[in-house]
Amino acid sequence: MLTTLKRVLKSAWLNFTRDGELSLATIFIILVAIALATSLFLLKDISQFLISSLREKADISVYFKEATREEEILDVKEEISKLPEIREVKYISKDQALESFTEKHSQDPVLMESLEEVGENPFLAALNIKAWEINQYGVISRFLEHPSFENLIEKVDYYQRKPVIEKIFSLTSMANKAGILLSAILVVVAVLVTFNTIRLAIYNSREEIKIQKLVGAGNWFIRGPFLVQGLISGFFAALICLLIFSTISWFISPRIEFFFPGFNLFSLFAKNLWTLFLIQLIGGILLGIISSALAIRRYLRV
Amino acid sequence: MIKFENITKTYPGRKGNPPIVALENVSFEVKEKEFVSIVGRSGAGKTTLLKLLLAEEKPTQGQIFFDGVDVHKIKSAKLPKLRRKIGAVFQDYKLLSQKTAYENIAYVMEVIGASDEEIARDAAAVLEIVGLTDRANNFLAELSGGERQRVAIARALIHRPQVILADEPTGNLDPYHALDIIRLLLKIQEMGTTVILATHNKEIINLLAKRVISLDKGKVIRDEEKGRFIL
Repeated sequence: MLTTLKRVLKSAWLNFTRDGELSLATIFIILVAIALATSLFLLKDISQFLISSLREKADISVYFKEATREEEILDVKEEISKLPEIREVKYISKDQALESFTEKHSQDPVLMESLEEVGENPFLAALNIKAWEINQYGVISRFLEHPSFENLIEKVDYYQRKPVIEKIFSLTSMANKAGILLSAILVVVAVLVTFNTIRLAIYNSREEIKIQKLVGAGNWFIRGPFLVQGLISGFFAALICLLIFSTISWFISPRIEFFFPGFNLFSLFAKNLWTLFLIQLIGGILLGIISSALAIRRYLRV
Repeated sequence: MIKFENITKTYPGRKGNPPIVALENVSFEVKEKEFVSIVGRSGAGKTTLLKLLLAEEKPTQGQIFFDGVDVHKIKSAKLPKLRRKIGAVFQDYKLLSQKTAYENIAYVMEVIGASDEEIARDAAAVLEIVGLTDRANNFLAELSGGERQRVAIARALIHRPQVILADEPTGNLDPYHALDIIRLLLKIQEMGTTVILATHNKEIINLLAKRVISLDKGKVIRDEEKGRFIL
């Protein structure tokens, strides 16, 4: 039994190295399949991050009338905070608003000049409100339109922002769905291509398989080396795939972080390294073995 | 030991054409340790007979017995056992092209589960017998036709099968080597192996003076002890 196993492994390795070109082709094809699966995995994480960071950015502001006193505003803040839809309320005083404006536009002489022209602080105190869900902003803004707030509140900017917020959300969720669907289709295609490549490789060996049968080799003695070859190809494909992805994510990670601050592709990759490698390894090996097993069946009937 | 009973084998003809009859109502028996030659023109059915015995193909009618067992009733999982008892030299060699001469010969030993020491010892001995010791590590593509044929012969011998089926084993050999191989087959038979030799080499048959079965157009036309090559 042990001798047989040893012989199967040895024969698999010999066939693998002697038919180098074919092995390389198989590795490459399996690589494509599992690379697609890996990018599907990463894409899911990236889009989740994008959506949550966009959700983070969506908010509405309530501007208070010039005459409203700070205590009154804080009272309103208190009241709003009690609403179940509210995630966060932040008070921005007139001075804070001016400060952040000057900080943001200090490089812009035109704006700075006109600010000086005005002479006094033109900004209104505001409450910055964040909800849990995008569709809760309507409820909140209706609450703020209640007559009891009428003489305190200058305006709620919900209606100006609404179309933009909703558009971004529908776009991201659509892009997300489309991306996943597309990748899923690609993965299916890649799996089919892999299966057929391996089938052709084994078709190439059909005469050898027949000979082995005729000299009295059992089915497993013949099948074994092919399955092990599939396994070896899958293993190398997973290894190369991991290498490629870590290199790519290492190089493009700073660029992506530039566009989406706080999103580090490489650390995401590093964090999931073992899961990813396991997925790639199992995917690659199963793909290799199952394709070989299916492809060889018909040639064993001699 | 081996019995062909009323064997008929027809191959379906290409559309519109009548079926091709390869063998028609062939019956004969080969006793243990016998040396039998099967002669006939090309297409007389020699190779078909051997294919049927190896269960590579099924007869259209009739039965073939090996040690009292109907070869074509053996389940496919048990077939390897039968085939390991038969050492076959195929007309087209049927060697493994990805392997070296040595590996081709050793493969049969691996199949029957021989130990590495046994394989090393026997493979060296058999290579010596067929005169290929210095070609052991060459791949098939690097060997001449005659050398390949000798590899095929070595593979058929190495595991000491009960029966050796040799289909034109001298077809590609020069007279000198051909005679060597025939002498070798004779020696193996003397040591207790059944040998079935299919050939159309007249000189060899006449030299052997053993039993000859003559086939013509799929029928047995003669079956004589100490036969001669007459067609």
